[in-house]
Amino acid sequence: MTRQKRSHHKLKRAVAPYLYLSPSLLIIGLLMLLPMVTVIAYSFQNSAVLRRDPSFAGLKHYQAIFDDPVFWASLWHTLYFTCMSVIFHMTIGMVFALMLNSDRINPTLRSVLRVLYILPWLFTAVIIAVIWRLLLEPNGVVNSMLMQIGIIGSKVEWFSSPQTALHAVTFANIWAGYPLFMVSLLAGLQGIPKDFYEAADIDGAKAYQKLIFITIPQLMPIIISISLLDFIWTMQVFPLIWITTGGGPIYSTEVLSTYTYKLAFSSYNLSQASASAVVILLISLGLTLFYIRYQKAR
Amino acid sequence: MMFRIQPAMLKIAAAAWLLGATGAMADTTLEFTQWWEPELPAGSLRAIMDDFEAANPGIKVTLVSGPYATTRDQISVGAATGTLSDVVGLDGAWVNNLNAQGALADMNPMMDASKFDKTQVADIIKVDGKAVMFPVASFVYPVFVNLDLAAQAGVTKLPSTRAEFLEAAKKMTHADKNQYGWVLPLSLQTPSGVQNDMMSWVWASGQSMMANGKPDLEGKPVVDMLTFVKSLNDAGTVSPGIATKTEQEKVEEFVNDRVGMMIDSLAHVNLIRKRNPKLNFDLIPVPVVENYTGKRGLPYASWGIGISAASKHQEEAWKLVQYLMSEKVNAKLVSLANAFPGNVNAKPDFVTSDKAFGKAFEIFKTGYLANEFTGLPVAEDLMTQFDVQAQKMLAGEQSPEQAAAAAQKGWMAKF
Repeated sequence: MTRQKRSHHKLKRAVAPYLYLSPSLLIIGLLMLLPMVTVIAYSFQNSAVLRRDPSFAGLKHYQAIFDDPVFWASLWHTLYFTCMSVIFHMTIGMVFALMLNSDRINPTLRSVLRVLYILPWLFTAVIIAVIWRLLLEPNGVVNSMLMQIGIIGSKVEWFSSPQTALHAVTFANIWAGYPLFMVSLLAGLQGIPKDFYEAADIDGAKAYQKLIFITIPQLMPIIISISLLDFIWTMQVFPLIWITTGGGPIYSTEVLSTYTYKLAFSSYNLSQASASAVVILLISLGLTLFYIRYQKAR
Repeated sequence: MMFRIQPAMLKIAAAAWLLGATGAMADTTLEFTQWWEPELPAGSLRAIMDDFEAANPGIKVTLVSGPYATTRDQISVGAATGTLSDVVGLDGAWVNNLNAQGALADMNPMMDASKFDKTQVADIIKVDGKAVMFPVASFVYPVFVNLDLAAQAGVTKLPSTRAEFLEAAKKMTHADKNQYGWVLPLSLQTPSGVQNDMMSWVWASGQSMMANGKPDLEGKPVVDMLTFVKSLNDAGTVSPGIATKTEQEKVEEFVNDRVGMMIDSLAHVNLIRKRNPKLNFDLIPVPVVENYTGKRGLPYASWGIGISAASKHQEEAWKLVQYLMSEKVNAKLVSLANAFPGNVNAKPDFVTSDKAFGKAFEIFKTGYLANEFTGLPVAEDLMTQFDVQAQKMLAGEQSPEQAAAAAQKGWMAKF
């Protein structure tokens, strides 16, 4: 009897953690795993969603998107958009964080700047898209200013010209995303012990040396974590590009998210759209694994 | 004794009332999915349904309403899962796909059985010989002309031919003042500019982008249209930002005196007046090729209606379709929507009370409705493909002939 009781108790102890976890597991399963598995299944079916009895297609839809030059152009645009965004988010975020952390700036001005610099983060993607469409339209404020100071001689169609459209949407995304870096790095800067800088001062280190040998190494864990997360998030940006350019002109701003959307809701080719979504998933998964490994290593 | 019976009787009466009230006794409840209700004055579509219910005892109608895009997705999913509502609001661009899914009922047998007078309807959309949609209300696309800009530019006669249009556009263009003759929205986000602002030139002259049921984009009508659009662009008469311009922005530019002419939906008349009450504008038919004297095709978008193939109440659903297509009810509905009727005998009240609408109604009556994208497979995708080639042409990367050939190749793959 005692033995039975003991084994019962053991079982209870073993099961208890899973019972506690079960609500979360159920939610994750329903909201994340189920849709993901469904989309993967669709990518191997012909006429997925549109027919009640879809046939097995094998890798046909993957082959179709890999044969499509627009897909490769989208992949390249996605990489350009993402890499440039992350690099500039980090650079601008770092500059502003250093500025806001500096004792040389008046505290009142610093508070005002803190509010101003964080503003882009408060706007939704739709608002950001509308703001930049208005600013960068041929008759907009930016062209008017640049013409007045003599930088450009005629109106530039920033979003409508294949030569400038990708740079213009990337610029809008950079503007919208740097505050995340700024806030994170500012928090990191405030956590660096003052002793390091005092010791460097005694050793006669210059400002740039303190930046390179103290500040950046101390912030490195934050820089890498935020960069990886930003890379994953930026790769999936959809509304900003969709509202500003719709992937055009002539596919010049087509990224993987707009390419997939058009396959699904313009061509009604949900099988190929699923295959494209799985490719995005795999890229994101690779980056996520890299991020997790980095976090574990720390 | 009486005291004992009373509660039992009350219970029976209550149960009977409850059954009656929920319609469980004999009523058939039709589900009607559409995007029209949010676009009509509040309660007006429900009032029409109430009248239908009163005229057809035993049939109730439940309206399932949402914005256009949501309704489109809902209908796509409903068609795939066999849960499509009994009666569905349709856009002509969807019917081919829905028909391929076997989701729409053929209304031919219903028309025959009820001896429906087919001559009273403006159009019947057929796919593979099946009558799958009636346009209930049509929103036509004439040319809006800013009369003040035209007068300032010395345009005394409003253009009737393409050559006259080009001349008028040139005269109205003053790039230094941000003023242009024409506006062309070719955003890939909503490629409907291909249908409304480009192909409308083809249809206006009684021409076609199709031949024998297949695309004929390399034919003279489409190549001529592309050449004409290119000449407008080369002359600098088109407002800049074509490749990302949306229909809303087109209307905004017209409202703000920045473009002299635009092809747009008649549904925007009230919006334009609201945005700029002082704007002095007139409506003209889309200009035609030189020496064309035939009937003019009038581009249109429509609120279509169809019946689900999976509906268990097709007889009742057909009654609702007939009701909405009948002369008086159709006139009432289109008057509320500021649209033109699907029943040729219906006359909306706004055409007599409003000069602009009256003028448009004359254009409507002397021409014919033309929208060749209706019923085509993946119509939006076809527009996107044409849009990309037109953008390349306008960017100077290819000629009109090359644009037409590239679009033809893309379209053929979809047929």
